[in-house]
Amino acid sequence: MYVPQLRKSLIKTVRTFVNLLPIIIGMLLLSSLVVKLLPGQVTADWFAGNAVLDAVMGAFVGGVAAGHPLASYLLAGELLKGGVSLIAVTAFLVSWVTVGVVQLPAEALLLGTRFAIYRNTICFFSAIAIAFLTEYTLRVIS
Amino acid sequence: MANEHTKSGRGGWLFLLLVVAVYGVIAISNVELIGQALNFFVKAMRSVWPVLIIVFLLLLAADMLLKPAWIKRHLGGKGGIKGWLIVAMAGVLASGPIYAWYALLKDLREKGMRASLAAVFLYSRAIKLPLLPLMVHYFGGAYTVVFCLYLFAFSIVSGLLMIRIKERETT
Repeated sequence: MYVPQLRKSLIKTVRTFVNLLPIIIGMLLLSSLVVKLLPGQVTADWFAGNAVLDAVMGAFVGGVAAGHPLASYLLAGELLKGGVSLIAVTAFLVSWVTVGVVQLPAEALLLGTRFAIYRNTICFFSAIAIAFLTEYTLRVIS
Repeated sequence: MANEHTKSGRGGWLFLLLVVAVYGVIAISNVELIGQALNFFVKAMRSVWPVLIIVFLLLLAADMLLKPAWIKRHLGGKGGIKGWLIVAMAGVLASGPIYAWYALLKDLREKGMRASLAAVFLYSRAIKLPLLPLMVHYFGGAYTVVFCLYLFAFSIVSGLLMIRIKERETT
């Protein structure tokens, strides 16, 4: 009874995976290109010193950038040392792991275009909200 | 949104072709950059394949064990707070790149999972448990705790906003 079920499920899963493979390879190729292009260019000069504008810039750069979250910690640490505000750095960190401009085509292909656009838009604005909330919460705590 | 048509067969290959074309165009003016990107791609591929195996096994297990009726009951329209918490926690525990999980979410959605819960899962993935010590090292303990609590809370908020958008679309 279980063998035909396993066989059926295996065939279905392999088929799903074959369809997923070009998306994953495409995504990795695209991410690799962005990783080599963007992070080296991001400097403290990109941030003007205005809390709102910096938060928007942080969320934007984090959303466009791609790569391991560890890279975002290193970059965020450097930005903080360079005098960029905690609000901008937090928006950047949240956006890096929640917004995916590079991943958008893959997300749209697999989960639907509207879903991908709505979700990424919500994540972009929530990155800005979390940035301000984190800053003010830390102020209250301290 | 729930009935939104998704396609990954031919669309995936077209996407890959487009990316290869972008590489080709850039290679004309900057071969060195393409070489560096390809090196990075090979390294990234090596680190991604274990996650892909996990996703493959989860897809297989989901197909064999999770019946549409169960998914609809717990992760569907009538699923309660338990379903939201299950999905949020699963997102926190899920590792690897985000796109590796799209296939599993697509499969679950086809079986009746709400779009809002897929959004919750993708959001709560932002909490990276294995990287928390590093985050504490870079930004401090208080910052890490506050940051993660807000991420978890906003994963639920993102799901609620997706419901609200869907309701607006249908009215």
